[in-house]
Amino acid sequence: MTRFISLPIALFCGILFGIGLIISQMVDPNKILNFLNITGNWDPSLLFVMGAALLFFIPLYRIVMKKLKRPLFNSEFSLPVNKLIDRRLVIGASLFGIGWGISGICPGPAIVNIAGGDPKIIAFIFAMGFGMYISNYVNIMISKPKD
Amino acid sequence: MTPLTLFDSILGGIILSISALLLLFGIGKISGISGIFYGLKNTPSSGEYWRVLFIIGLVISPLFAILFGFSLPSSIDVSWPAIIIGGLLVGIGTRVGSGCTSGHGICGIGRLSARSLVATIIFMSTAVITVFIVNSLS
Repeated sequence: MTRFISLPIALFCGILFGIGLIISQMVDPNKILNFLNITGNWDPSLLFVMGAALLFFIPLYRIVMKKLKRPLFNSEFSLPVNKLIDRRLVIGASLFGIGWGISGICPGPAIVNIAGGDPKIIAFIFAMGFGMYISNYVNIMISKPKD
Repeated sequence: MTPLTLFDSILGGIILSISALLLLFGIGKISGISGIFYGLKNTPSSGEYWRVLFIIGLVISPLFAILFGFSLPSSIDVSWPAIIIGGLLVGIGTRVGSGCTSGHGICGIGRLSARSLVATIIFMSTAVITVFIVNSLS
């Protein structure tokens, strides 16, 4: 019961998330690259996307989560428990940023752009999937003790 | 060059956060796209079917955006090497660093997670530096 109702909710959330990315034009790599180009013709749009999202998210999250013992249509919350700021976080975020800066594409916009039919998007998603697949080897390299 | 799109940015940001809050309050999941995508490999287990539906939602979302007069970029002006190298690094980085722009940047900071704030500051910084270097070289 709880399982089945979660499916249409997930579908609706995916559609809504994609609409948000399209309306804010975050699906356009040029928009991202111009945001990151702070020494050139800077386009601050992404700052407003994130700012608006957070100004909305933070208060609602705090108010509602206090009252919810469990999600409305599921048995428990799946929230990250790791609070460590470690080498993996720093190295991973750095690599992601470099990839994002090179391409102007992050995972959400890549998937939303599939419908545009550009083979570059499909290639990006395959490259990203392959990167995820080999990420465990990178994890092992990072966590090797330096003795 | 792209101009600031203030109204659309704010509207889009609010919609992203409504979606993320709905997924969290409704079924208890974080809207981290890299994590949801990576987890697709677990979908033979029925507790993971929601991931498939969420990704399908993302894929068909342009059909609905058109109804409101918004569409995808007409072309992806990114070179092939940038697509391949960028995609690879985004894949590795989001797994090793446990998240991307949505998971860390919106949901994580939204939950006031110090870890996500640090991750977001780092990936924003390396992305800005990367763009600066790429632009200087070309």
